[in-house]
Amino acid sequence: MGENLKVVRDATCTFCGCVCDDMHLTVDLDQKRIMKAENACILGKAWFREHGIEERPLALIGGRTATTEEAVEAAAQILAQARFPLIYGLSDTTCEAQRVAVAIADMIGGTVDTTTSVCHGPSGIAFEGVGESTASLGEIKNRADLVVFWGGNPAEAHPRLFSRYAVTPKGMFIPNGRKDRTVVLVDVRRTPSTPAADIFIQVKPRSDFEVLWALRALVKGRKVDPSIERRTGVSLAVLEDLVARMKSCRFGVFLFGMGLTMNRGRHFNSGALLALATDLNEFTHWVAKPVRGHGNVTGADNVVSWQTGFPFGVNFSRGYPRFNPGEFTSVDLLTRREADAALIIASDPADNFPKAAIEHLRRIPVITLDPKATPTTQLAQVAFTTATYGINVSGTVYRMDDVPITLRPAFESPYPSDEQVLTAIRDRVRALLGGNRLPAGAPVAAAS
Amino acid sequence: MGSPLRIVNGRVYDPANGVNGAVQDVCVRDGKIVADVPPDAKRIDAAGMVVMPGGIDIHCHIAGPKVNLARKVQPETHQDDVQLRTRLTRSGTGGTVPSTFATGYRYATLGYTTAMEAAVTPLGARHTLEEFHDTPVLDKGFFVLVGNNLLLYRLLQEGRREELRHALAWWLKVTKAYAPKLVNPGGDEMWKGQRNANITSLDDKIGSFDLTPRRVIAAFIEAGNELGLPHPVHIHCNNLGHSGNVETTLETMRLAEGRRAHIAHIQFHSYGAAAGKSQSNPTSRARDIIEYINTHPNISADVGAVMFGPATIMTGDAPLAYMLRRFGGNKWVNADTENESGCGIVPFRYQDRVYTNALQWAIGLELLLLSEDPWRMVFSTDHPNGGSFMSYPRLIRLLMDRGYRKEQMAHVNQKALDRSALRDCQEREYSLSEIAIITRAGPARLLGLTDKGHLGVGADADVTIYEEDEDKEKMFSAPRYVIKDGELIIEDHELRADHQGRLLHVAPDYDPQIEQVIEPFFEDFYTIRFANYPVDDRYVPNGQIIPTTPSVAAAPATAGTRT
Ligand code: SF4
Ligand SMILES: [Zn+2]
Repeated sequence: MGENLKVVRDATCTFCGCVCDDMHLTVDLDQKRIMKAENACILGKAWFREHGIEERPLALIGGRTATTEEAVEAAAQILAQARFPLIYGLSDTTCEAQRVAVAIADMIGGTVDTTTSVCHGPSGIAFEGVGESTASLGEIKNRADLVVFWGGNPAEAHPRLFSRYAVTPKGMFIPNGRKDRTVVLVDVRRTPSTPAADIFIQVKPRSDFEVLWALRALVKGRKVDPSIERRTGVSLAVLEDLVARMKSCRFGVFLFGMGLTMNRGRHFNSGALLALATDLNEFTHWVAKPVRGHGNVTGADNVVSWQTGFPFGVNFSRGYPRFNPGEFTSVDLLTRREADAALIIASDPADNFPKAAIEHLRRIPVITLDPKATPTTQLAQVAFTTATYGINVSGTVYRMDDVPITLRPAFESPYPSDEQVLTAIRDRVRALLGGNRLPAGAPVAAAS
Repeated sequence: MGSPLRIVNGRVYDPANGVNGAVQDVCVRDGKIVADVPPDAKRIDAAGMVVMPGGIDIHCHIAGPKVNLARKVQPETHQDDVQLRTRLTRSGTGGTVPSTFATGYRYATLGYTTAMEAAVTPLGARHTLEEFHDTPVLDKGFFVLVGNNLLLYRLLQEGRREELRHALAWWLKVTKAYAPKLVNPGGDEMWKGQRNANITSLDDKIGSFDLTPRRVIAAFIEAGNELGLPHPVHIHCNNLGHSGNVETTLETMRLAEGRRAHIAHIQFHSYGAAAGKSQSNPTSRARDIIEYINTHPNISADVGAVMFGPATIMTGDAPLAYMLRRFGGNKWVNADTENESGCGIVPFRYQDRVYTNALQWAIGLELLLLSEDPWRMVFSTDHPNGGSFMSYPRLIRLLMDRGYRKEQMAHVNQKALDRSALRDCQEREYSLSEIAIITRAGPARLLGLTDKGHLGVGADADVTIYEEDEDKEKMFSAPRYVIKDGELIIEDHELRADHQGRLLHVAPDYDPQIEQVIEPFFEDFYTIRFANYPVDDRYVPNGQIIPTTPSVAAAPATAGTRT
């Protein structure tokens, strides 16, 4: 351990959507390493530990070492020449960087899409259909006396959802913490989260929708046939008991995960759950909240929405934003071989996209911004090494409940931030195009 | 800032300086109105045109968490109403809740240069400032929600009035807000904490607190006045939208006891109850409201007019939105913010055949036509609650053109007109000078923006030039020129430049000791660290602090420091 230690209080962990902002970091400035992350969960500790500075070139062009400036020029040339470029990722960077990324997509008439399209996209679509009753995490901490987890495994994916926000903490109207709450877990299998629950309801795989719809019927006082048990694995008595609890609590919350959204039914499942929460407000206070994965995926949803009116999968080729999941979402654009260039920010689609989409990524010029080497940076034509948000870079991150938090970086990085690189690319593309690119056939007045 | 500019031959309407249609030059340099510019300065020939200060929206909802939820939940309203990008400007989408860039450009193309976002949770301040950064042209500020704040409730409940004032100043300062806002005081706490209940009278007990809305409102009016804020406490009264709510509104205004208070979107608070069977049907009590305001110069209001067509209910008044959900189709958004607020959103449409909607439309007009002091009853639709800001030109025509108004009255639900006094104010037509007051000079004065809303030397060079037209809707829909901070933004009706406006905010002093009171509350009941809560200056690249004039010292006398 070096001599040159520094403590950063109230830093923020961006590893998962909980975005805990109570990290007290002990930093070795000589080694450029975080030695200790007080309050972090096991995942957060690993996140802080792993983000030292690696010796990597500032940029690679065609696999050869380059300066950031050379790479900006190469990236700008690719984007200025592309006819149907895709900008993807964005959930693990700051809102400041996200804003520039959307600006580039608008300027060149490309598509901007985020990792939402492969995680809680169905929840976004359900939201557009039925709305949502929701709350900031502090309301859940202060008031929720019935907490229902559905299709998620927080103990392993969002550990502090239990300890900081929703299960064990004491709150203003929950003076005894865990004792004052009833915790229900609904899932297709037992997981390390199961022991945290008072009531575990195991549903048969691919039957979440049926269970939710039966609950809606019961809440509305309709009859449900006992045969529901054969279909879903959950007896009518269990459902009736749950409904009685849901109607009589003071403040109920659903926290739902990708086990619900990335399953048979997709946005119908999220829609059924959101509608159930809405229905329950006839009786008592109810909210629902998708449990988001990536550190700033919620920021990406917000930025893309305020700039375009739509949360993800937005195309600008006609000179204005168009939203069409399935058409302008990344997996679809790549699988149909439509994108002719890709700018990938802080994401690794070559690792987690379907094979056909990855194959197309190999065919087209790809630009990446990432602190680490990944399968995607390895297939990139232009790969920037960037500083890590929250560790080396400040900026804004939105928690899964839409609460924005400003990051306190621990130590400086020799690498530029995503925002800096994207801003340089934007300015260079603008110079190459002489301003925003206008779509063919744009009205003359717009060209002034 | 643009090059020096001389506007010649235009009829100038600058009511704050007593100029009422005189043909005179207006000179602009370095972003300000000046007495003269060199003879070779660029000239704008405004012959046949009307020159006014830039428009100022005193109450609208254009940025922040609830606005973004309202955008997201209505993709269907965006796709048919798009904003094309140009070489210089960004693209976007419209509907009643446009994207940020479209919001800024569209306000500018109506001749507006300043707008106040009227309801932001303190926790959402950072988000709002980020959206403001992407909202071009306009100068902007926001009102921060404090009327359902549980720490402030605790202080008030314990009678700690001094500390309440310091804490209020702290909240205004650390969020970079412009004014404090009360929304249905107590209502959100009843909603979140009492199984979706609501406040029904000023004397209801607020949930588990030993408090009533009456005490909360009076305390905030007092604290706001003591802090000497440029704009006083901005109040969305209890019982919005309910028949018979006029009594609550009158009672709320009386609580000011001669001190300054502003009542928001007062149209929604001017309802009587019909006698007998149809008791739940509202009637118009606009006359009672206007009579009170005419005789109480400490009170001001924005009208919150309703325009037929699409709207979006978006409010910190969560129980209200839940009630309206029955009429709004099948989407409803609710969003609770810890310790601070509630929020509700419902897509909505006002229909001229529907009794209640027609009555609301009539009351908005009645209030403006009966008002004797245009400086204190100013223009708003509570955008997008009563209708989009894009409908402002039509509302101006309704005020200026009695023939048009009569024609429109023929189309609406006649029973509703019977229950209003609109037929009795048939004669009045607003003059251009009065329009300039209710859309510019008045809002500027009520907001305490001394450099805005007029064209005197030293004022901000925010100027709008309209081509005169018999059809006032057409005239006010598309100004020929708009100048923002001295820069020609719109020329020949079209955007010619992009521009980043300023954030207008206050920074009142407070006793730093108050942080010792606030911090422990954060430790216990917030999920964000106290140190991470204040919004830092990076979020305000272009800010302007509007000074306060406190009537009491910020730091209380402590032993040894004063005698
Ligand atoms: S719960 Fe998530 S954000 Fe919080 S410390 Fe763990 S990994 Fe980090
Ligand atoms: Zn409002």
